[in-house]
Amino acid sequence: MSKPIVATTSLAGCFGCHMSVLDIDDRILELIELVEFNKSPINDIKKFTKKCDIGLIEGGCANSENVHVLKDFREHCKILISLGECAIMGGLPAMRNGIPVRECLEEAYLNGLTVAGNTGKIIPNDPELPMLLDKVYPCHEVVKIDYFLPGCPPRADLIWDALVALITGDEMKLPYEVIKFD
Amino acid sequence: MKNTITKTIAKYHKDKTRLMDILIDTQEELGYIPKEAISQIAEDLHMSEVDVEQTISFYHFFSFQPTGKYSIYLNNSVVAVMMGRKEVASTFEQELGIKFGQVTADGLAGLFETSCIGMNDQEPAAIINNMVFTRLTPFRVKEIVRDIKEGKPVVDMFRASFGDGKNASELIRSVVSNNIRKIGPVLDPFYKPGEAIKKIIKMKPEEVIEEIKRSSIRGRGGAGFPTGLKWEFCRKIEADKKYIFCNADEGEPGTFKDRVILTELPRLIMEGMVVAGYAVGATEGILYIRFEYKYLERYLENILQKAREKNYLGKDIGGKKGFNFDIRIQFGAGAYVCGEESALIESAEGKRGEPRDRPPFPVRRGYFDMPTVVNNVETLCSAVKVILNGGEWYKSFGTTESTGTKLLSISGDCRFPGVYEVDWGFSINDMLEMVGAVNSEVQAVQVGGPSGALIGPNEFNRILGYEDLATGGSLIIFGKHRDLLTDVVLNFTEFFIEESCGSCSTCRIVPTILMKKLKKILNARGVAQDIEDMTEWGKILRASRCGLGQTAANPILSSIKNFRHLYEEKVQKNKTFDSGFDLNAAVLESCEATNRIPNI
Ligand SMILES: Cc1cc2nc3c(=O)[nH]c(=O)nc-3n(C[C@H](O)[C@H](O)[C@H](O)COP(=O)(O)O)c2cc1C
Ligand code: SF4
Ligand code: SF4
Repeated sequence: MSKPIVATTSLAGCFGCHMSVLDIDDRILELIELVEFNKSPINDIKKFTKKCDIGLIEGGCANSENVHVLKDFREHCKILISLGECAIMGGLPAMRNGIPVRECLEEAYLNGLTVAGNTGKIIPNDPELPMLLDKVYPCHEVVKIDYFLPGCPPRADLIWDALVALITGDEMKLPYEVIKFD
Repeated sequence: MKNTITKTIAKYHKDKTRLMDILIDTQEELGYIPKEAISQIAEDLHMSEVDVEQTISFYHFFSFQPTGKYSIYLNNSVVAVMMGRKEVASTFEQELGIKFGQVTADGLAGLFETSCIGMNDQEPAAIINNMVFTRLTPFRVKEIVRDIKEGKPVVDMFRASFGDGKNASELIRSVVSNNIRKIGPVLDPFYKPGEAIKKIIKMKPEEVIEEIKRSSIRGRGGAGFPTGLKWEFCRKIEADKKYIFCNADEGEPGTFKDRVILTELPRLIMEGMVVAGYAVGATEGILYIRFEYKYLERYLENILQKAREKNYLGKDIGGKKGFNFDIRIQFGAGAYVCGEESALIESAEGKRGEPRDRPPFPVRRGYFDMPTVVNNVETLCSAVKVILNGGEWYKSFGTTESTGTKLLSISGDCRFPGVYEVDWGFSINDMLEMVGAVNSEVQAVQVGGPSGALIGPNEFNRILGYEDLATGGSLIIFGKHRDLLTDVVLNFTEFFIEESCGSCSTCRIVPTILMKKLKKILNARGVAQDIEDMTEWGKILRASRCGLGQTAANPILSSIKNFRHLYEEKVQKNKTFDSGFDLNAAVLESCEATNRIPNI
């Protein structure tokens, strides 16, 4: 049997979740024995070259580009996993959700204390730029998500255990330490 | 301003537990509660400013910003919408040139929404500067706005006749109608105040409780707790002071019977409180009335005063040495959850109306942590009749499990909306006939308000009673032409979201999630799984602290149970998943802000 294929991406996230993937340390060698990577910042493959089995999504959707990437992942991956707080709930970026988009933009480009040099008083609006969404959406509010791995970031062991369980088909062990809240 | 507030604070003896009254008066004087007022109140009462602010922010009728010389609160309940609220609302907006939530530039008028104001039998209705205006039409709205622009005081704005009964009396002068359609032992117009007091002072308190227990009467506020037992618990607890609360918060959409009792039989309520006070050994009673009924204040205060003069209240009542009991009125400030007994007590202590953890129940630790009996208006009124005629007599009405009579507040699609006193055990079919609703044209009846059940014709043979359809008395009838999901279920769900106090994460979050799912289905983006999800997720709410959260999913759950086809018709047949996400809509705001044409 050919190896399962994994793809990953970071939408409106901080890459911390990807760092946590790397945090599995030397098990990364074991991982590349177990799976093949396709589109992912880890190997810098920019476009899907084939159908994948597992997609790991870090971050929620803050702009139109995030939505397109997420939909692309849904089309190409059999199983999608929301990885971390931002993908599951919007996380830190979603703190803007209570503030109208216009105010956010004006604060960032016109009125903010650290704004300097924007003499033309321009809010960037080049057609090439992704369009901001009215709020930051968790991934499952945009496409179907199959699994959720909580944490900010989820611990490396949790990611590892989840991937192994998925690949081997074994049930995932969820001892008390993993599901307790504090 | 400083002087006004100083006077107000002095009026309430610088007592911070009277913060509600201080804020109500300040709001009325100034039209809002400005920053300086908050500082002054905090300083004079030795509280922190945030403590004052958190109470203000809790209640709908308190405001940090000016609400206009004329503050218009238009009710947005289900029945108001059914009776033409939309046109009334848009006429207000047009005539005043503002949208809801705004105040005119000259500060003359403010326009706001508000939850059910207890006028379901005469909708659409609005409150303007504490006066209630009922049966509004676009024409009437134009007249009102013209009067506002001329600066007429609200009391002079009535053109047509006043309401029936005491509504027309000198101290009320309101257009509200009672619409009493059927009377029984409680609404008996030949009631003579004071007879029950004369009777109990010849009895031992324990005997009074025995008589109440013999009647098997249960609470009329919704929960149906046996009244005799409640009084007995309270009686048996040793304490320096005990209190009787009469719960006239009446916030469940569709109920208005307590308003009618307050208007026509206030002495009966007060006598009921005195009887309860005697039975449990309480010396102080608090009549907690929802803000929406503030137009009754002068009238009720006057009646309390007269009762004191007749020695029905005060010291040595009826000449009985040591029988002391007096009543004060506490107004709320717009919060449905304050009807919950422990929230009611918190509110009367001057705080946010957030329910307490129970146990301990109020009979053990209530007002100021002292044993407190909380009873509904109707319960106390019925208790007086039990004392006058005996528990056995009372049991001759109703069924074995639900003794006595029940006041029903009936509204919606029927010829004779209003208040009806019937024996428990009355069937829905009989009720429909009684109120002039054509059975074949009725699609559904909401029994017990939003927290109750929405039932269809196949269940109209069910009866009202604790053993079958328990109800606080709200019955709303929906004709065949109504859109149950949009007009009823969505409206009720939004009501719970609006009125949640926010303490429990379940009640704060789940109803909103359910509402989004419902909206998705209404927007033709739902799938079959959404119906299952709502059914499952609704169960989570049972973990909430009070009845509001525990029943907040009922409109959705009971309509899925009894009107499942309405949901199934609307979900997509060819899809198993649809998040309902709309990219076009989601980018609109930012494109407008940046002057871009969306290119998706
Ligand atoms: C959200 C909520 C609102 C309530 N509103 C009222 C009300 O407006 N009037 C009332 O009498 N009881 C109301 N209740 C019930 C009270 O908590 C309490 O059970 C009742 O006042 C007790 O009086 P009773 O035994 O005479 O019925 C409400 C309960 C909840 C949970
Ligand atoms: S969940 Fe935490 S670590 Fe992951 S992207 Fe969000 S902020 Fe970064
Ligand atoms: S259930 Fe809702 S209203 Fe009741 S205490 Fe909890 S949050 Fe407040």
